[in-house]
Amino acid sequence: MEFTFDTEQIALRDAVRGLLRSRDDVPADQGFDPAMWTKLAAMGVLGLPFSEDVGGMGAGPIEVMIVAQELGRVLAPEPYVDSVVLAGGLIAAAGSDEQHATLLAALAEGESQPILAHAEPRTRWGTDAYGVVATSTTDGWTIDGTKEPVLYGDSATVLLVSALVGEQTKLFVVDPDEPGVTRTAYATHDGRRVARITFTKAAATPLGDAPADSSVLKDAFAQATIALCAEALGAMEVALDTTVGYLKTRKQFGVPLSKFQALTHRAADMYVSLELARSVVQYGAMCLAEGVEDPLVASRVKLQVSRSARHIGQEAIQLHGGIGMTDEYTIGHYTNRLTAMEHSLGDATFHRARLAQGLDQREIVDLLG
Amino acid sequence: MRLRLSAEDAAFQQDMRTFFTTQVPQETRDVIAHGKPLTRELIVETMQILNKAGLAVPHWPIEWGGRGWTTLQRHIWHEEMDLAGVPTPLAFNASMVGPVIAQFGSHEQKQRFLPATANLDIWWCQGFSEPDAGSDLASLRTTAVRDGNEWVVNGQKTWTTLGQWADWIFCLVRTDPDAPKKQQGISFLLFDLTSPGVTVRPIKLIDGGYEVNEVFFENVRVPADQLVGEENRGWDYAKFLLGNERVGVAPVGATKLRLRTARERALEPMADGSTLLADPLLAARFAELENELAALELTALRVAADSSDGRPDPASSILKLRGTQLQQDVTELLVDIAGHDSLATGAGEDSDVPSWAQRSVPTYLNYRKASIYGGSNEIQRTIIASSILGL
Repeated sequence: MEFTFDTEQIALRDAVRGLLRSRDDVPADQGFDPAMWTKLAAMGVLGLPFSEDVGGMGAGPIEVMIVAQELGRVLAPEPYVDSVVLAGGLIAAAGSDEQHATLLAALAEGESQPILAHAEPRTRWGTDAYGVVATSTTDGWTIDGTKEPVLYGDSATVLLVSALVGEQTKLFVVDPDEPGVTRTAYATHDGRRVARITFTKAAATPLGDAPADSSVLKDAFAQATIALCAEALGAMEVALDTTVGYLKTRKQFGVPLSKFQALTHRAADMYVSLELARSVVQYGAMCLAEGVEDPLVASRVKLQVSRSARHIGQEAIQLHGGIGMTDEYTIGHYTNRLTAMEHSLGDATFHRARLAQGLDQREIVDLLG
Repeated sequence: MRLRLSAEDAAFQQDMRTFFTTQVPQETRDVIAHGKPLTRELIVETMQILNKAGLAVPHWPIEWGGRGWTTLQRHIWHEEMDLAGVPTPLAFNASMVGPVIAQFGSHEQKQRFLPATANLDIWWCQGFSEPDAGSDLASLRTTAVRDGNEWVVNGQKTWTTLGQWADWIFCLVRTDPDAPKKQQGISFLLFDLTSPGVTVRPIKLIDGGYEVNEVFFENVRVPADQLVGEENRGWDYAKFLLGNERVGVAPVGATKLRLRTARERALEPMADGSTLLADPLLAARFAELENELAALELTALRVAADSSDGRPDPASSILKLRGTQLQQDVTELLVDIAGHDSLATGAGEDSDVPSWAQRSVPTYLNYRKASIYGGSNEIQRTIIASSILGL
C-alpha cells in the first residue's frame, strides 16, 4: 500500500502543469482552446490511456488522474475527460480493430475529437437511451431523435450515440458533418459549450463489429467519473489556496481576515473536505489500476467529491465576501465549474442512491478486503 | 501508488485477525460488540493477554516490548483489534506515560515502571486538566515544591478518566512559578494514588455513569526520583505525549464495528414484519455515513502508509476532528434506529427491548465527550488553520 507518486508520475505532473501555464484566450464560440488541445496532443497527454499499437502511451488510471487534476487546477476548458477518457475509453473498450486504428490514433494526435452523445432531456444518469432510436436499413443503420445537453457536442468531430434498438440501448458512431445531423450550440453556466443534437435519418455505423451493448457504458462512466473527480480535486485545491491567500492579505478592522477565528475555522473545515476528496480520488484511481471489481467504487468517489465540491465552492465565495461574486475575480469561476462537475456523470443524490440500494444485501464496505 | 497490501502486510493482517478472534475470549469481545460497559477486570485481563503475545505496546522501543513495526502495520494491528471488539490497551499506559518514560525517563524509572505499565500491573491515570486549565492546559496551577528529597504537591486535577480504577497518576505540576512563560516551569511527576493527601472523587456524567474524576492533592509527598526527565521540561514531554500517536487517532475500526451493528439492527424484522433499512431515507443515511467513514479510513491509511520517512502527513491533523464526528454520528444513528425503545433505559434483562436499544442513549450521550477530549475539535481546527494553512 502506497499513496505516493513515483518520479515519472511527478515528472508528468510537472510537465502538464508547465504546459498549462501558458494559455491564450479561449475562443468564446468554441468553449476551449484548440491550440492548447494540439499542445496536449504533442505532449502525448491525449493518448495517455491508450495502448501503444494505436498510437497511445499505454499509461494507466493513475497518470490520467494526475493530468485531470492539473487541468482542474486551472479550470482548463479542454474536453479531456469527455473526449479522451469517456469517448476514447468507449472506443478502446468496444470499438473494432479498425475503429481503434482510425479513431484512437487520430484522437491521440489531436486531430479528432470524439464525444459521447448520451444525455437526453428529462433523464438522469443511467445507461439507457429513451427518445433516440436506431433503425437497421438495407443501406446500414440510421438514427433519429434528440440528444441534449451534449457537452462539447458542437466541436466534436465524431459522435458516439446511444440509441434504442428495439428495447435495448446500443452504441453507434455518427459523423456529425453528415446530412441529418443538426447541432445547436450554446453556453453552459460555466462558459463551456454544450449542444442540442438532432438526428434525422442520420447515417450511423455500429461501435464495434456489431453495435456495442450499453453495458460498456458502465465501465466507461466509472473511469470517466474518477477522472472527473480528479479534475474537481485540482479545482478544489486551488479554490482553497486562493481563499487562504485572501484571508492572509485582505484587511478589515485594521487586521488581516486571518485574525478572525470565525473565518479560519471554516477554512480548516474546507481543508478537511479537500483531504477526504483527495483520499477517495486516489483510491478510485488505484482501484481502476488494479482491476478491483467493485461496481460501487466510482459512486463512493463521486459522492464524497460532490460533497466536498459543494462545501468548498460555497465557502470559498463566502470567505471572500463581495469580491467572490464578481466575474473578474477567479474564485467564483471555481465554484461555477465545480457545480457543473457535480452534475456531470451523476450527482451526490444519484450515487448515494446506488450505494443505499443494496445495503440489505451487502456488508459495510471493507476497503482492505 | 498501490492500494493492495503487500503479501507481507496481508499475512500480517491475517495473523492479527486470527489472534484477536481466537485468543481474546468471545465473552470479552461481545461486551464491546453489544455496547456494554467494560469492567476494570476485563481491561486488565485483555491487556495481559496482549502483552504476553507482544501485542500490547508494539510501538514502544524494542528493548521494552516494542516490535519495530511499520506505521502501516501498527494501523492494521489497531484496526483488527477494534474490528474484533477487543478492548484496546489502556491508552494512559500504552500510548501516554509509557512512551514518555521510555523516551525521557531515567534507566531506573524505565526498569521500575515500563514492564509493569505494559502488563497493566500499574493502572495509570492522567493528571493534566484542571478546573481552570482545559483547552488552555498551560495555565495549570497545581504546584510541586521541593522539600529535601521530596516534592510536595498541592492542587487539583479534573476530568481524570478512570481515575477511580487507577493505581498511579502522571501529573503535570508547576515547579517554577516564576518562569517567564506559562509553558515553562512545568514538570512531569509520577506518584502513587494511595499516597496520603490524595482524594479521588468520581464525577457522575450525563449518561448516568462514572468515568471521570476530580483528584485533589493536599501536601502529597512524592519522592524526587519520580520526576521524569528534567525539572521544568514537563510541557515538552506533554506535547510529545499528545503528538506521539499517529495510529488509532481516528477510531475507524470501532466506528465501523458500530456501523455494522447498526446495519444488523436495522435489518431485524419489526413487529409488523418490515425492516427499518427498507426505508430509503434511512438507507440513504447509512450510505452517507458508510461513505464518510470510507473516506476517513482512506485518509488514515494514507497517513499510515506514507509516514515511513518519519514525517507526519499533514492530513493526520484531520483524523481526530473527522474521526470523532463520525464516531458521534454513528451513536446518533443507533439511537434513531432504536426509536422509542431508546427510552427504555432501565428496562433490564426481563424486557423485550433489546439491551443495545436500552443502552443507545447513554452511549450517545457518553460519546459527546469525543469531540471535547484530547484537544477539542475547535482546538483541532485552530491547529489545522495555523500549522497547515498558515493562517
